[in-house]
Amino acid sequence: MAEERRQKHCSVVLPTESMKAMAESVGVGQLQEDSCVALSEEVSYRIKEIAQDALKFMHHGKRRKLTTSDIDNALKLKNVEPLYGFQSQEFIPFRFASGGGRELHFYEEKEADLSDIINTPLPRVPLDVSLKGNQSQYIYFLFFCIFFSNGIFNFYSVLVCSSPAHWLSIEGMQPAIPENPPPATKEQQKAESTEPLKVVKPGQEEEGTIQGKSQGTTTPDGKGKEKGLIRLKPRSTHELSVEQQLYYKEITEACVGSCEAKRAEALQSIATDPGLYQMLPRFSTFISEGVRVNVVQNNLALLIYLMRMVKALMDNPTLYLEKYLHELIPAVVTCIVSKQLCLRPDVDNHWALRDFAARLMAQSCKTFSTTTNNIQSRITKTFTKSWLDDKTQWTTRYGCIAGLAELGSDVIKTLIIPRLAVEGARIKAVMEGPVVSNIDKIGAEHVQSLLLKHCASVIAKLRPQPDNVDQYRTDYGYLGPMLCSHVMKARTQAALQAQQVNRTTLTITQPRPTLSVSQSGLSGSSGPRTPSIIKVPSSLTLMSPRPGTPSQPSPPATKYIVMATSAGAASTQQVITLSSSQSASPVTSTVPSATSTLQPLVKLESGSGAGLTASRPLQKYIVVSLPSSASSSLETKSSVLPTSISSSSLDGGMKLERSESPGASTQSPH
Amino acid sequence: DMSLAKQSTDYFVTLYTKQPSADGFGNNNANDGRVLSASPGSSSSTGSNKQTAAVTPEDQQTLLAVLQFLKKNKLSESVEILRREAGLPENSLDPKANESAGAGSGGAAGIVDLEGGDASSLLSRVTGSSSAGAQAPTKGTVQSGCSAVAEDQPDVSVVLSAYSQQGDPTLYKVYYRDLKKFIETVLDCHRAELSQVFYPLFVHMYLELVYNNHESEAKAFFEKFSGDQECYYEEDLRILSGLTKKEHMRGNETLLDFRTSKFVLRISRDSYQLLKRHLQERQNNQIWNIIQEHLYIDIFDGMPRSKSQIDAMSGSLAGEAKREANKTKVYYGLLKEPEIELPLDDEDEEAENEEGKPKKKKPKKDSVGSKSKKQDPNAPSQNRIPLPELKDSDKLDKIMYMKEATKRIRLGPDNLPSVCFYTFLNAYQGLTAVDLTDDSSLIAGGFADSTVRVWSVTPKKLRKVKSAADLNLIDKESDDVLERIMDEKTASESKIMYGHSGPVYGISFSPDRNYLLSSSEDGTVRLWSLLTFTCLVAYKGHNYPVWDTQFSPYGYYFVSGGHDRVARLWATDHYQPLRIFSGHLADITCTRFHPNSNYVATGSSDRTIRLWDVLSGNCVRIFTGHKGPIHSLAFSPNGKFLASGATDGRVLLWDIGHGLMVGELKGHTDTIYSLRFSRDGEILASGSMDNTVRLWDAMKAFDDLETDDFTAATGHIHLQDNSQELLLGTYTTKSTPVIHLHFTRRNLLLAAGAFNP
Repeated sequence: MAEERRQKHCSVVLPTESMKAMAESVGVGQLQEDSCVALSEEVSYRIKEIAQDALKFMHHGKRRKLTTSDIDNALKLKNVEPLYGFQSQEFIPFRFASGGGRELHFYEEKEADLSDIINTPLPRVPLDVSLKGNQSQYIYFLFFCIFFSNGIFNFYSVLVCSSPAHWLSIEGMQPAIPENPPPATKEQQKAESTEPLKVVKPGQEEEGTIQGKSQGTTTPDGKGKEKGLIRLKPRSTHELSVEQQLYYKEITEACVGSCEAKRAEALQSIATDPGLYQMLPRFSTFISEGVRVNVVQNNLALLIYLMRMVKALMDNPTLYLEKYLHELIPAVVTCIVSKQLCLRPDVDNHWALRDFAARLMAQSCKTFSTTTNNIQSRITKTFTKSWLDDKTQWTTRYGCIAGLAELGSDVIKTLIIPRLAVEGARIKAVMEGPVVSNIDKIGAEHVQSLLLKHCASVIAKLRPQPDNVDQYRTDYGYLGPMLCSHVMKARTQAALQAQQVNRTTLTITQPRPTLSVSQSGLSGSSGPRTPSIIKVPSSLTLMSPRPGTPSQPSPPATKYIVMATSAGAASTQQVITLSSSQSASPVTSTVPSATSTLQPLVKLESGSGAGLTASRPLQKYIVVSLPSSASSSLETKSSVLPTSISSSSLDGGMKLERSESPGASTQSPH
Repeated sequence: DMSLAKQSTDYFVTLYTKQPSADGFGNNNANDGRVLSASPGSSSSTGSNKQTAAVTPEDQQTLLAVLQFLKKNKLSESVEILRREAGLPENSLDPKANESAGAGSGGAAGIVDLEGGDASSLLSRVTGSSSAGAQAPTKGTVQSGCSAVAEDQPDVSVVLSAYSQQGDPTLYKVYYRDLKKFIETVLDCHRAELSQVFYPLFVHMYLELVYNNHESEAKAFFEKFSGDQECYYEEDLRILSGLTKKEHMRGNETLLDFRTSKFVLRISRDSYQLLKRHLQERQNNQIWNIIQEHLYIDIFDGMPRSKSQIDAMSGSLAGEAKREANKTKVYYGLLKEPEIELPLDDEDEEAENEEGKPKKKKPKKDSVGSKSKKQDPNAPSQNRIPLPELKDSDKLDKIMYMKEATKRIRLGPDNLPSVCFYTFLNAYQGLTAVDLTDDSSLIAGGFADSTVRVWSVTPKKLRKVKSAADLNLIDKESDDVLERIMDEKTASESKIMYGHSGPVYGISFSPDRNYLLSSSEDGTVRLWSLLTFTCLVAYKGHNYPVWDTQFSPYGYYFVSGGHDRVARLWATDHYQPLRIFSGHLADITCTRFHPNSNYVATGSSDRTIRLWDVLSGNCVRIFTGHKGPIHSLAFSPNGKFLASGATDGRVLLWDIGHGLMVGELKGHTDTIYSLRFSRDGEILASGSMDNTVRLWDAMKAFDDLETDDFTAATGHIHLQDNSQELLLGTYTTKSTPVIHLHFTRRNLLLAAGAFNP
């Protein structure tokens, strides 16, 4: 210990070479070594002195970071003229690197592409200092006054009107609102679920002291016991407060209710609210029971709603779901592979649900799979097993393939591509053989397009050019020729992307990512909220997309990139079928892995030449989402998309994907 | 008010004259004991008597040095006065005597005290110098050697010359190791006490080596023994480690502090004898000299203190406070509340006539004001310092206060306050100070971009007064004239005030909400009108960054403190300070008025807290124990206790009357920027850079005290570590350092800070 400290105190002196370099820079050559030593010692001492003074300014500025202005002020103290031209307010641009026993702090200067700079939209004007919160807090006060008040109620008149503040604590309890940190951080939740015995939960301990009034007498005994014996995990009761119960009721009703706007708000709340930790077991059970019931009843809409809830839960950055995977995974897998998910399998678009659920499954595999729980390999086995089974229905077959395909290109390469020939033969039997049933035919078609979609990009990377149709036929059988054209398109598309980075761009934004394409109902969400929801305190703030306030960042909106290229064959009739049956069930399709390599650049390739697209037989739209800071109008999107759908084929498909936008939702204060 | 101002100039002068000495021979720290003993003002003669009686040969040398300094600056009148006061013969000022004074090795670093000086005759000089921009005098003197002004040079060299005595530089290590070995072998009970000498010895020996140009020996010495020092001296050691040349010493403030003030140690008689005997036996003169010259050993009779007791009190730049420094009586009681009739709702407040009185007695009984009717024996007399008269509007406000007070929530461990957080958004790390008015209607922020912003947190918007032309048109007789003078067109939720030219570090509302004070890096304190939202006065004097300022609870006076190590007491209608509180050895980081407005507490980077008497300007308490710069202070509402928070993340509690530390609250992990007692003093709230607000059971912390212990002459407290029991709650913000706390009149806790994404 003493050794370390002594080292810290060792006086570091600037190297004499720097003195020489500086001397040369001002025209003094041939500086003697002695002078260099003397100078460097003196300079080092003065620099230290100034740094120590600058620290003083940092402390008084109530900051943790030393800024250039602190150093300027320290120089002023010494009657030295400050250094002009260093105006970084907050950001200190030094990066650290070490290697070969040397440690280095350097200024990172990236090469900037001028065209990039010109093409990027102007940054937002910095906002002025403000004290104001927003309207949702306004009402919040009112509610806490009602729920908690004996004395608080008196303040209500003052605070409701002023509303620039939030409650950090109410009579000793910290309310779980977005402005406050979550009661248990994700790390704590993770630690708790992985190492239940070791965990010391600061959050809970603190809570214990906060609630000291009730435990005041028992605490000392408890502590003594704990120290003496093995540390047992305290049994925790999960009692929800009145507001939490209300919130749960309201949220679950909104999630499965008929009002799309309300549902969007509820999902938004689930995805962003930091205080849901305690309600997680309830939500998990709600979803798993809901799926169980609705699969039996073939209620497609409800299943979709429940899957969207799962998605929202997974998106919530403050929640760690691992403890509830035993309930959630069966529910999700059910939605992928179930034989029947809707009442009219020939008309309803249950494929979208399977795709969506498959993507959820892939996401949870990525997030939660560990060497101990082996989720990914277990899931892969499950899918493969039922896929290999000859008796498996087309619907389940589709689900299995989708589930596998979403797991990534490696899985596609090792598990799907080797079976393309077998699967092709099966499809051929249905498509070209005697018409057995319409449902089978539709199923086969879907499986076919699914395989083409997923495999094309992988094969494009695997196989060397040129693409020979015959070669493909020999390698992949019935699907070969189609695959070949898909692969070629994938290649041209990749090439196009490389070229056309700076094409004209079109941004389409949407307040939040959702499964559904038809979202006209959502536009209300950015407007004033419906009063019926406002009744519940928690749901209200949590759901609020917080529009219009300068203080808080806009909700994690998503930008979509719409790109058009030609795509595989399909009939226009199906497009009509699709849009007509869309009323309840939203449409999605998965994004091929090719698009994941897309840089988050916003562009519309088709916009450049309508004639070009018209000349091509088919068009493929790829919609890639981007986190966006500004939420522009929804109308843009709804006006653009339908037209593009009409000119596109179903098989090309609508591809919607919500990109993970880290940090987009974490910006809200407190 | 004028009377105080005038009266004050006298003390002000006496204080001020001390300052020239600071650069030469001033031993500011040592001064305080002396200053305290002399009662101010009229009793000056007794003070001077004491001094003449106590003039030792060493002091005489000092006096001679002072005289020489005065003479050199052509202040013959002062020379004459001082000479007469000190009872020195006329010819004592001959060059020969001077030389001996200058050459006297440690003697020059003595005590200068002009307490008895004839103030009026000095007035011209002082006022002249302070108004003349206070450039040279303040900078040169208060900053001690920091600014190496040419004329300071000889004096600085006098100070440093104390190091000129040479021993064999290679033996320093041996000496130190010898002593270390000895102290390690003494009985346990003495070891802790004697270990206290390590740090000051280490520093002085190191400095001696550096001063005598033994650079490599100094480095070796430092490397060998710096690791042994207590961890709370880390900061100082870091500064010391950078200093390796004699030339560096000249400009270094920390060093000069160390030199000019004797490091104070409290050691029991037994331990001291042990040490003395050892050093004499070993003939270890080098160390013995240092102890004699640079350390002040406060010897007490009784049991040696334990390590924890010592650790609790040490940590400041210049050791502990001497016991006698905290012996002066402090009138910590509250002033009697002015008798304001609390009118029934249907009555007009203005009708305060005689015949109304008996009728209104009844409602008054319940009011808070009636409590203070009995004169507190510990309270200062009502007009000890002149306080501004209550205006009608003040009375109205008092009535409002009492009404609110009746609705106040009783807080306690079972009834914690709610915390409402005001977040400043988009402040980009620029929020440096926050204040709320007592009635919680306005919030003001000081920013690094030199602006001061005021927000209204009630629906009532901020309005300016109409222009002069428009004001002429108003019917001055109308009842609502106050309403009519306001310009509706200017109504807005916030106002920005421009005027400072540097970051605003301190901000304070006047109790009547008509004014706002701000102190800034630019060295000024500005007074702003909240009626016109313009700057009224810029109080100049500090010349260096002013870290904090605060209005007196009764208005009119305010205090400021900053980098120049002095705190100043001002009155709003004087452009010069009424008092200058000098004595801290480093920046004054925070200032706070006692609830009775008779005292001012200042916290400093020298890790001490001082309490100053506004009447006399004297330092009446020195509290040591913090291990880092103090950034927040709070008086308990009953005026008996003081809480302080520092960069070390600890809150310390002090009993003002007894001058003792009475509690330590550990829990925060970063600088505590705000402390506040609830309105009835039950709860102490602390807000910190670690993004938490913590609530502490103040009642319990103070109730558990066994006050009998205090009467014991040793004044050594044993603190039990009960922070965890006293901590009632911790509330974490997402990413917002808590820089201000405020209890509303009904005991709702308001907190403020800037969101730091």
